[in-house]
Parts: sequence; structure tokens; C-alpha cells
Amino acid sequence: MSGVNGEEAPGPLLLGVRHHGPGSARAVRAVLEDARPDVVLVEGPPEADALIPLAGEEDMRPPVALLAHAVDEPGRSAFWPLAEFSPEWVAIRWALEHGVPARFIDLPATHTLAWQGEDGRDGGGGDGTDPATGSAEGDRGPGAAAPGAPDERSGAAPGEGARPAGDVRVDPLRVLAEAAGYDDAERWWEDVVEHRGVGKGDPVAPFTALEEAMTALREEHGSGEHERDLVREAHMRLRIRAARREFGEGVAVVCGAWHVPALRRRATVAADRALLKGLPRVRTDMTWVPWTNRRLSRASGYGAGIDSPGWYGHLFGARDRPVERWLTKVAGLLRAEDRIVSSAHVIEAVRLAETLAAMRGRPLPGLGETTDAVRAVMCEGSDVPLTLVHDRLVVGDALGEVPATAPAVPLQRDLARIQRRLRLRPEAAERELDLDLRGETDAERSRLLHRLRLLGVGWGEPAVSRGSTGTFRETWRLRWEPELSVRVAEAGVWGTTVLAAATARAEADAVAARGLAEVTGLAEHCLLAGLSEALPSVMRVLADRAALDTDVGHLAQALPALVRSLRYGDVRGTDTGALAGVAAGLAERVFVGVPPACTALDADAAEEMRGHIDAVHGAVGLLGDAPAPGHARLRARWQSVLRTLSARDTVPGVLRGRSVRLLLDDGELARDEAARLMGLVLSPGTSPADAAAWIEGFVGQGSGGGLLLVHDERLFGLVDAWLTGVPAEAFTDVLPLLRRTFSAYEPGVRRTLGELARRGPGTRGSTAVAPGQPGFAPGLDTARADAVLPVVRLLLGPDGEDEGAGAGAGVTG
Amino acid sequence: MTVSAGPTPVDPMRGGSASANTTAATGQALRPHAEDAFAAELAALAALDDRPRPARWRLSPWAVATYLLGGTLADGTVITPKYVGPRRIVEVAVTTLATDRALLLLGVPGTAKTWVSEHLAAAVSGDSTLLVQGTAGTPEEAIRYGWNYARLLAHGPSRDALVASPVMRAMAEGMTARVEELTRIPADVQDSLITILSEKTLPIPELGQEVQAVRGFNLIATANDRDRGVNDLSSALRRRFNTVVLPLPETPEAEVGIVARRVEQIGRSLDLPAVPDGIDEIRRVVTVFRELRDGVTADGRTRLKSPSGTLSTAEAISVVTGGLALAAHFGDGVLRAGDVAAGLLGAVVRDPAADRVVWQEYLETVVRERDGWKDLYRACREAGA
Repeated sequence: MSGVNGEEAPGPLLLGVRHHGPGSARAVRAVLEDARPDVVLVEGPPEADALIPLAGEEDMRPPVALLAHAVDEPGRSAFWPLAEFSPEWVAIRWALEHGVPARFIDLPATHTLAWQGEDGRDGGGGDGTDPATGSAEGDRGPGAAAPGAPDERSGAAPGEGARPAGDVRVDPLRVLAEAAGYDDAERWWEDVVEHRGVGKGDPVAPFTALEEAMTALREEHGSGEHERDLVREAHMRLRIRAARREFGEGVAVVCGAWHVPALRRRATVAADRALLKGLPRVRTDMTWVPWTNRRLSRASGYGAGIDSPGWYGHLFGARDRPVERWLTKVAGLLRAEDRIVSSAHVIEAVRLAETLAAMRGRPLPGLGETTDAVRAVMCEGSDVPLTLVHDRLVVGDALGEVPATAPAVPLQRDLARIQRRLRLRPEAAERELDLDLRGETDAERSRLLHRLRLLGVGWGEPAVSRGSTGTFRETWRLRWEPELSVRVAEAGVWGTTVLAAATARAEADAVAARGLAEVTGLAEHCLLAGLSEALPSVMRVLADRAALDTDVGHLAQALPALVRSLRYGDVRGTDTGALAGVAAGLAERVFVGVPPACTALDADAAEEMRGHIDAVHGAVGLLGDAPAPGHARLRARWQSVLRTLSARDTVPGVLRGRSVRLLLDDGELARDEAARLMGLVLSPGTSPADAAAWIEGFVGQGSGGGLLLVHDERLFGLVDAWLTGVPAEAFTDVLPLLRRTFSAYEPGVRRTLGELARRGPGTRGSTAVAPGQPGFAPGLDTARADAVLPVVRLLLGPDGEDEGAGAGAGVTG
Repeated sequence: MTVSAGPTPVDPMRGGSASANTTAATGQALRPHAEDAFAAELAALAALDDRPRPARWRLSPWAVATYLLGGTLADGTVITPKYVGPRRIVEVAVTTLATDRALLLLGVPGTAKTWVSEHLAAAVSGDSTLLVQGTAGTPEEAIRYGWNYARLLAHGPSRDALVASPVMRAMAEGMTARVEELTRIPADVQDSLITILSEKTLPIPELGQEVQAVRGFNLIATANDRDRGVNDLSSALRRRFNTVVLPLPETPEAEVGIVARRVEQIGRSLDLPAVPDGIDEIRRVVTVFRELRDGVTADGRTRLKSPSGTLSTAEAISVVTGGLALAAHFGDGVLRAGDVAAGLLGAVVRDPAADRVVWQEYLETVVRERDGWKDLYRACREAGA
């Protein structure tokens, strides 16, 4: 084996890499093939040593991640993602293929997780339930080494990045790149390392050069007073020493390039031991979990710090001519999406990319050049198809797989714990469960079942409650099928606790949802499941969808559900501030959209629109006048919309009549004015069809049936007065249309109306009696009405409104 | 740099009539050509440029990019930036010209397409005058060649009787030709470019001859991508171009700056009285335009529908100019919300049905609630009523 450092006896083979660098991975493979070490040591948590053999199994497919989590607190976890092109993965696979032992040498996860708990105070996920920050910090944050610098820059490591450790430690790559005159560190690294094929020469040479650079850097800037790094490096040195005692000199170490000088340095065992003394511990467990390319990319909260896993995978996988192969792939994708891309396009794109690289002084076209070429040649300058290329190829949809023999994911443990706590045993036999949501345990059970449903774990199905119909009751049908365990394992990719996983899943679902109604439903579900953290994202998506939806009908349909959620959320004590804002915004959009949408409608469309208007009216009533800051006077604005509708001739009669009626009911329209409008519509100048439609809208079935006419003297008077005023010749025209409206009433209502009509206007007494009994006194019998008051007050509560009760005789429906 | 072209140039086609009118007294020209206005910069670049140059290029691609983007040369000469925008765009454009692909510059009006194409031609070929202006009435002769009928009748068909188009001259001399507003040209005339761009040759069947392009020939076309010219490019022609889309200004500040500067220039030439403190109103107009164009509010928190109109920077300029005229002649001399409201409405509502809803929605959900925008909200409500 060839010594990297000439002057000493053959030391361990230290291979400093950039995590997730395809060029590093190639170089590592070449060195291992060449040097054939007796043991391979890899930067990573030693607890995972037992899991290494799993990496060689058939159904293990990267990207995967090593997951460490605290046994008692599954939310506290750390991930070590590995892609096919990660040097660590390559090293492990090489060792497995050649029957050479492989070991992890980094500081045990038991300490890093304990540190993470200490840092919890300054991170967002203090309670350990937030996998996004928790894991990203654990992920290479404590462990990651220098040239994996993007790891550090992904910014999700509050405990690490915020410290005044010096810029170098944060991003040594940048310092090197600046020294080389590059403004972009990634690009410099790609030019110098990744795009350099493995040459014919000494495979170790690049590592030697990199080590020299890192040594110079660490000398120049100090080792970055990063205590934890020193501790980790001490541990690595001890492990290397142990390996050398066991295997002799054939030891190869794959670690972040930043650590190489420290591992090369000679330190006494005693000093290293001293550093490792008294570290905090927490009981940890490790397993493999499947990972995705999307999560490798920086855009997501779990970021492993690489922008373009798909591109790196391509660079690693392509035998030769990476640019040509890549552009052919792009062309294939665009063709599959029905864009016309010919081979000539590919040829021109390759030429452009190569010339661009020459112009920019780069040895080979990189992702930037190929993207520019694709945009100019294949996409006609447009960024829209380019987004597709970025999504499908540059990032890629690769989804990892883990063998079934991998240890259980923490989500399963979390679920088991919750099941124990809530005394809700998974049983194969079907049974019904009645929950009273007023009790804390039952409320939690309900939330758990709702969350599991969101995660696709259909343990409980909501059933119709027997007997009680109160909103505080829920009935579930429970049945635990064996395959649900598999579902739970699958859901493990979403998070380590049920709450976190359901939150992540809801957020992802919201983004993927197609229709507005789907998102509204999801919002309702989030409230039921008590996922208040997912609610803001869902609401954001909902607001976006609502803003872009041009169909007022969709908006009008979404509004009532949203308002319902709002009120239900109040019952459950969820914070519904965001919801209220979105609902109010939605209402405002409806207000703007309704008037133009109400013109030029045929009878069916008008009928449908009437339903929408009724729904919105009800929702606005429930919503209150100022549900959220910045959305004042909603009711007044809705009324002005209704007024606009009632006065516009191009709006169908049924909608105009309905608008007048709603305004009248709200007391916003004087009775005289309503009468005038009705007279106007029912005058001979208006076509009989339109007039009848107006009446239909005004007192038709959808408006609450004839009961309102029965109970409301004013309305009855209006219709009665109009009917008697209709000229004889017009009456025959109007009759069939009126018949259609009134014949839809229930028989009892019709009879009462007939009675009322026979008695004539202004002679009605109390209507609180069953219909069909004529002969009321003309006036109000106050003594008898007073007698009712105590009962009414009892019914309405101690502060019973005297007003309402006093008018008891005139109580309207 | 491979530039494939005909083996030998045909004799230059510089007809008697073509060159006479090009050299007017440049000092008196209302607007000198780019190569004259920036002759000193071009000379300084050429003197210091030691990188390889493609055939018949005056400068290397690096120098051309520097000429457009600005910079300071080794000898201290300052090159003014001609184009303010992403570096990537200029690099792709220059690289396209260096390969033998034609360049198509797309963008909404007012994104400096013509300006970029003129300066590219000036830097690459030292001549930006080989220009075909595309119109609905552009004939095929403007792209290929025409005839001097007096000569044709007197001497019969010959090269002497031929009147070469700018494109033909560029081919013969290995220069950069420019076609403005390509999508305004009728489709059948556009198609005459296909042979020129793919075969790099221009047949003259009347004489049984052809003109083959000399190395260094290339073509820059500009077109409007937003309001889709009358004649969309056929895919056969489109395939011959590398397309570069010139974006609208990236930051609000840059756009406000452009609008303010242009408004001031236009105002001076129209002799409008100077209006103080218009910058706040300009900022609001630019904000409205950007938000509606991008379909999202400036704080990035609320989605919006976008209207069908272009809402380019050029239109923002005209809204402000119109508002200034109103303020100066009919108002109190200060640019106020009321002066720009009508212009805004006119610019946004192009389609009376759909755009009006978009605009109303924008007013009700964004303008109404924004601090300090009450006056604009009221003015727009009045204008829209």
C-alpha cells in the first residue's frame, strides 16, 4: 500500500472527501482498488457498525439514511444520508464486496444526540418533536466535515452555525475557492475535483493535494475553536489506533477532508481519552431508513446540502461523455412531455454547452452550462420546461429502499408508546369506539386516529354515531390489520413521531393537492387531527389556490367548509387565526367575483348560483363582521354586493329575488323598497317568466319554504298586496308560474296560507299554534303571553333576553 | 470555434447604390450608431484582446461580453456597461454567435432587445447597420435581394442589376446581420430565412448562381414574446435559433430607476413642467405592475391573478408620463394617485371581462389593506366605477 505521506512509515490511508461528491466517490473507489486495505473506516456513528452488512443486501437501494434516535424520545433524532455517489457508501460497498470489515469511527450518536438535547433550547424543535430542525442538525451537522461545506451552509444547524467559530470552519471550501479566484465555491470544487475523471496516474495524488490544502488552511485559520470537532477527531484517532492494533497497517479511512490534518496529527492516547471524558449520553437506537433525492437536495428541511443529487448521480453513473449523455436524457424527458426535441437540438445544445464552458474558462461544461444550453436550444428561452428538467433530472425522484430486516423505525415505537398511554390496544377484531371529546383522553384518542388516517394508516374509520348527534361525540370502527405495520414503517419517512409525521404529510399533501376543495378538506382534517403546525402551510396553499381559481363557484363552495372548520376549531380550542384570515380573504374574492359571474346565466346555472349565494350568505353570517385583522365590514360589503345584484337587469330574476329577500331578512332593505322592487318586477313590462323567477327566488322553496310566508306577516302582506293588484289580463299569464312556486310547498303550509289569505291582511294573531285552527283574537293577549315568559327564560338561559321573550307572540321561525 | 461555411467567398455584393448613404456626417447624427458612439471603447478592447477570435470577428467572445457588461481593462480603460442584467444572458448570446447558430432575442417590449442586438453586432462585426426592420409588409426582397429595374431592362439580368439585401451582404462579407421584430414578418417571408440559416447559402435562380455565407456570418433576430406577434415562428425556423429571453428588471429598485429616468427624459422632450416628488408615485405604479405581472405580492405572501396585458416597464413609463401630463396641465402640479389611476386601469384592464375581475380583486385584497395606499384605492375605485 502506498503511503500518502512520504516521510513516515506507512500510516493509515487517509482519504479526505467531500460528502456526497461523485468525484470524491470515484477517487475513493480507485484508491481502494489500488491499495486493497484490510479494513475500511468511515466517518459515521459506531453504533451503526452492526447495520453495515444490511448495506450489501439485494433490496437495499440508495438513497438511504442512517437514523439515530433517542430511545425514550423518538423526536430527537439524527440522519446520515447516503446516496449512491457518496464516498462513504462507495467505501462501505467496496468493503462488503471484498469481504473486508468496515467500521464507523465518528463520535457515537449517543453523545451527539445528547448534545442535540442540550442545544434544544436555541433550536426551534426544543421539545424534540420537530424533525426538520432536529435532524438537520444531527445530519452531518455535528459530524459533517469541511468540504461537505454545504452541509453547514444549509443553515439548519442553529447550534453550530451561529457560533463564532470562524468562517473557515463554516465553509473552508469557500476560502479555497476564493484563493483560486472563483466566486462560487461549488463550482470551484466541481472544476477541480468532481469533473476530473480518475486519471491514469497515482490515484492517491488528489487526496494528498487536498490534504495539503486543508493542512495549510487549518494552520492559517486555526482549527476553528470548535470543541466538538476536537472531541470527534479525538474519538476518530482512538478508533483508528484500535484498528491499526487489530489489522496492522492496511487501514483506510474515509472522512471529511477537513478532518484529515487532525487525524494525521500525532496525539497521545491519554490526551484523546481526556477529551472524551464525561460526555453526556442518551440511550440511542439506530436503523436504516429509505431516503429520497428530494431530501438530499438543499431545498428541503432535511437537506444533505447538495443542490443537484440527480446530476451528481449522473456524473457518478455515466461511463463517459457525461455532457452528451445528460443532454440526451434531458431531450428524452422533454420528448416524453410532448415537446419537439430532435437529435439536432441535442447536438446544438452540446456545442453551446461546450463553447460556454470554454468562454467561462471551465474544463468541462457543468450543470450551469448545460442548463443554459438546454434553455436556449431546447426550451426556446423559457424557464417553464426547465423547471421540469430541474425537478425530474437535476434533483430527481429516486426513492431509496431498505430491506425488511432493518430494525424498526422510531415512528413505530412512538405509536406503541401512545397506544399504551391511551390504553388503545391494536386488536385484529373489529370493534366500535365511542369517544367523548370533552374528556382529555378521548380527545387525544380522536386526534391519534385522525393523524393515522392522514398518514394512510387506516386503523380506525369514522362511523356514524348512534344516538347522540352532538359535535363532541365521535364514533370509530377500529380494526388492526397486520399490513398496517407495513404502512407505519412506510410512514416512517415522514417523521419520527406520529405528530411530526402527520404534520409533514399534511404539508406535502397540501402542496400536491389538485383542487381547492381538496385543500379545504385537508384543512378540516388538520383541525380534527390537531395539527396546528401544519395549518399555516395548508392555509398558505389554500390562499394561493383561492387566488388563482377563477371559478366563483369553487370559491363559494370552499367558503362554507372553511367557516365550518373555523367554528369547529373554536370548539376544540385550536388557534384559528390563520384560518380566519384565509376565510375572510376568500370571502372578499367571492364578493368581487360574484357580480360578473351572475350575468348571462341560463335557468340551471342560475339555480346553481342561487345555492352558492345562499351558502356564502350563511358563511358570511357565521364569519362575523371582522374575523381577522385587515378584513373589516365583511357583512356590509356582502350586502352591497347583494344590492348590486338586486338592481342589475342582466342578473337572472331568481338571483335578484333572492338578493332582495336576503337583504330584507337582514333588515337592510326597507319594506317599502322591497315592495317597490317587487312591483317593478311584476309589472307588465317584465316578461312573465322573469317575474315568476323573481318570486321563486324571493319566496321559493330554496328560500326556506312557505313557512316563512306563514310566519312573516310582512312578506305575506307584500305578496298578497301584489297578487290582488295584478290586473285581470296579466293574472292569467302569471298564474301557472305562481302555481309552480306555491305548489312546491308542503300541504300544511299551503293550507295555512289559504287560511291566511281568506282572513285577509292584518288580521293575524299568534302563529305559534298548529296550522289549520282558525279563529284567533285580533290582538295580543298580554296576560297569557306573560305566563309563558318564565319557561322561555329557562330555555334561553339565565340572561334570557327579555326582548325576544316579550315578543314571544310574534316569534318568527 | 467551428464556423462551417462555403469554401470561398463569392465576390462581394456591394452594389453601387448600397454603400453611398451609409456614411453621413456622424457628428451631426441625432443618434450615432453604436460602433461610432463607443468607437474608443471598442478600439481599446481590440488593442488589449489577446484571446482567440473566431473568423472575421473584431473581438474575442470574452471581449464582446466585457463590452456589453462593462468592466475595467488592464490599461485602466473603463468600459461602460451597455446591458444591465444577468451575466448569463450575455454569455449565452455571445457564445451562440460564436457557434454558427443564429440568435433570437425574446422579451416583452422595453427589455432592450434591439439595444443588445445593435451592440452585439457592433462589437462582433464592427457594423450594426446591416438591419432588416420587420413589419407586416416586409417583402421577400428585404431578406433576399431585389432588382434595379432600370438596369434589368437595359442590360438584362446580371449581378449588376441585383440589389442585395442586408442579409445577403452580411453573408458575402462574413458580417452580423440583424432582423428586428421577426414575428411581425409574414410567415412566407420568414421562411426564406430557413435556407439561409441551415444551408448558409442564398440561391439566385434568375442568374443560376448563389451566394455562400463566408465564415463570420451570423444573424441576430429580435421578437416579442408576450403579445405573440401576428406570425408565430414555424418550428422549422425556430429550430435554427438559440433563444435568449431578456428578462424584465430583477429588482423593484432597478425598475423604479429605469422608469424615473425615462420619464424624466420624455418629460423634458415634451416640455412638461418639472414635477417634484413624483418618485413615490412612480414606486407605487412600479409595485402595482410588478405584483400583477409576477402574480404575487411584493412581500411574496399573497398570490394574485395576472391580467392578460403585458405590463412591461415601457407601459409603466407611459402610465407615469400620462399622469405627469394630467398633474401638470389639470392638477396642482404634483403627481398624485388620481393622476395615475386612470392610466393604471387602462394598462391593466385589456380584456374588459376577465381583467376587470383581476383588477377589482387586486384592489380589494391588496391595495385596500396596504398602509398609505388609501388614496390610490379610492382613486382607482373612482376611475373604475
